[in-house]
Amino acid sequence: MLPLAERQRGFAAALLDSEADVPPGLVGPDGVPSARRFAVYRNNVAAGLSESMTITFPAVRRIVGEEFFTAMARAYVLADPPRSPMLLDYGSGFADFIASFPPAATLPYLADVARIENAWKESFHSADAAPLPPAALAKIPPDQLAGMRLQLHPSVRIVTSRYPVLTIWRMNADGGEPAPVDLNAGGEDCLVVRPAADVEVRSVPAGGAAFLRRLGEGASLGDASEAGFAAAADFDLSANLAGLISAGAFCGYTLEGAAAPEKE
Amino acid sequence: MKKTASTAVVALAVATALGTLSAPAMADDQEKCYGVSLAGANDCAAGPGTTCAGTSTVDYQGNAWTLVPSGTCETMELPDGRMGSLTALDRDLPAS
Amino acid sequence: MPETTGLHSQAAPATIPARAGVGLKPQHYRDILEGAPDIGFFEVHAENYMGEGGPPHRYLTAIRERYPLSLHGVGLSIGAERPLDRDHLLRLKHLNERYEPGLFSEHLAWSTHDTTYLNDLLPVPYTKETLARVSEHIEEVQETVGRQMLLENPSTYLAFTESTYSEIDFISEVAKRSGCGLLLDVNNVYVSSTNQEWDPVAYVDAFPLQLVKEIHLGGHAPEKDEAGRPLLIDAHDREVDRIVWGLFEHTIASAGAVPTLVEWDANVPDWPTLNAEADLAEAVLARAEPGDMQRAAAG
Repeated sequence: MLPLAERQRGFAAALLDSEADVPPGLVGPDGVPSARRFAVYRNNVAAGLSESMTITFPAVRRIVGEEFFTAMARAYVLADPPRSPMLLDYGSGFADFIASFPPAATLPYLADVARIENAWKESFHSADAAPLPPAALAKIPPDQLAGMRLQLHPSVRIVTSRYPVLTIWRMNADGGEPAPVDLNAGGEDCLVVRPAADVEVRSVPAGGAAFLRRLGEGASLGDASEAGFAAAADFDLSANLAGLISAGAFCGYTLEGAAAPEKE
Repeated sequence: MKKTASTAVVALAVATALGTLSAPAMADDQEKCYGVSLAGANDCAAGPGTTCAGTSTVDYQGNAWTLVPSGTCETMELPDGRMGSLTALDRDLPAS
Repeated sequence: MPETTGLHSQAAPATIPARAGVGLKPQHYRDILEGAPDIGFFEVHAENYMGEGGPPHRYLTAIRERYPLSLHGVGLSIGAERPLDRDHLLRLKHLNERYEPGLFSEHLAWSTHDTTYLNDLLPVPYTKETLARVSEHIEEVQETVGRQMLLENPSTYLAFTESTYSEIDFISEVAKRSGCGLLLDVNNVYVSSTNQEWDPVAYVDAFPLQLVKEIHLGGHAPEKDEAGRPLLIDAHDREVDRIVWGLFEHTIASAGAVPTLVEWDANVPDWPTLNAEADLAEAVLARAEPGDMQRAAAG
């Protein structure tokens, strides 16, 4: 009798390899091996996973068309199948896959659109937290602000691009209208955040992405500002802060010497 | 020693930022307070494509990749057809 | 759990009545919250509510305040030879604690191999070895989650030559060893019976109905295998088939009224269409005696 471990190893391997023979001992009601019956499972795996990709990546799908998307998603799911039964976590490798996928090479911005969509999905499912209101910062003594560590809201994601990817994503998101785009117009960086129920994708001004990344790494406001100035000579600290606070990108802070973060 | 933006510069920037912000626009109106209804990805039904068993697999695999993107990338294409233009591709799939 | 008739205050009772429910789809969240339909219960796929936060939990919390809930796992891979994913099991435990569902179920299937999640409910051979493995896994689930689990009969498209048990003997023995309850998917009975050339009525008659605490109904897609024999696909993409309704009535005549779920997961219809499908099931249940399990107020 075939041991269960061996049976499942062979079954799983044949599911993910469409060229593989159907494992022995899988039969129809007449006891005769049936490739067609095994193909139901094989197709369920690929079709179900690529269908899950359409939920997360609607703009990528719109940009390349349904047929191309389905084919590309199938190639991806077989190359990088999920490692967890929680499919809401699946697809984070799709952008890198697109970037290295030769048939998509004519659309160099496509991987970054996928990065926005994956960030949107992650933000959507992230932990809930109350955003830090401006009034909370107004209470802090001015001489402690540079040493303060701001805590990013759990929903914050940052996407940077050499292309006008926010413009492209917006045109192809639900309700958007595609129009000619100058791909040489310069890169766009975005902040993805969900302060309450709705995910928002906002443009980040020059140096803002570097500033935000340093804050996310736990740098003080002063140190993170240096990273912003280093990334862009025209980095505007107050404009970046105003944008981030109003977006709800922070949910707490720690003052120098304080043990526990302050929350609102 | 690590270079740090001066205390005064940061304090001024924070004050300026707070000055430009009015009351937070965080209040959810009742209609929207739950957010978007996004379809769940996990399911216990047989997936789409099952019923054309085999055919779709055959079409998209093997080495000849003949599909080209044909969605809105065509409308977003630059008038002079620089980057983003579509050319018929007959490339191999990456070995994986 | 406190009982209440208020809408926005405390949660609805946990116990699921012997009525019809439907699988909760995000497309219908607003219809349900705004229209307050008279539905016995809702069921969700556990994995879709395993994110840390966000709108899915907001909606489910609001709906749970108004209706009883059944939690249906689709990814635990109970039929795998390999050990269960402890992290996943703890997530299921957490969801049970958070939403206090009246029923908690999983499938007689496997879906994970090594670390790869195959995203399908794959069939198991009915052997002594599988029986021992599945029973151990269910015991582990029930011990960890701290409650009884219902095991659902599968829809299958092929058979294993190494099987030595009938499906019913296998399921009955698993229930005996593990103490689990059963979820009888009547559409799966019909799909598997057609695909395996069994008699679906004889299947229901031989099934240990006294252990059945929930029934599933759903639509299937008719196909053929390479020999031209009918091959039914468990697609959940249409109305419940006429023959499945008949098999359901036959089941209820023996089992009494049992909580019954209509599953519609692909080509999801508008709310009134789904609600009407649940009404059909409710009409069958209304004509029946309450089942043993319901009389005993299990929950």
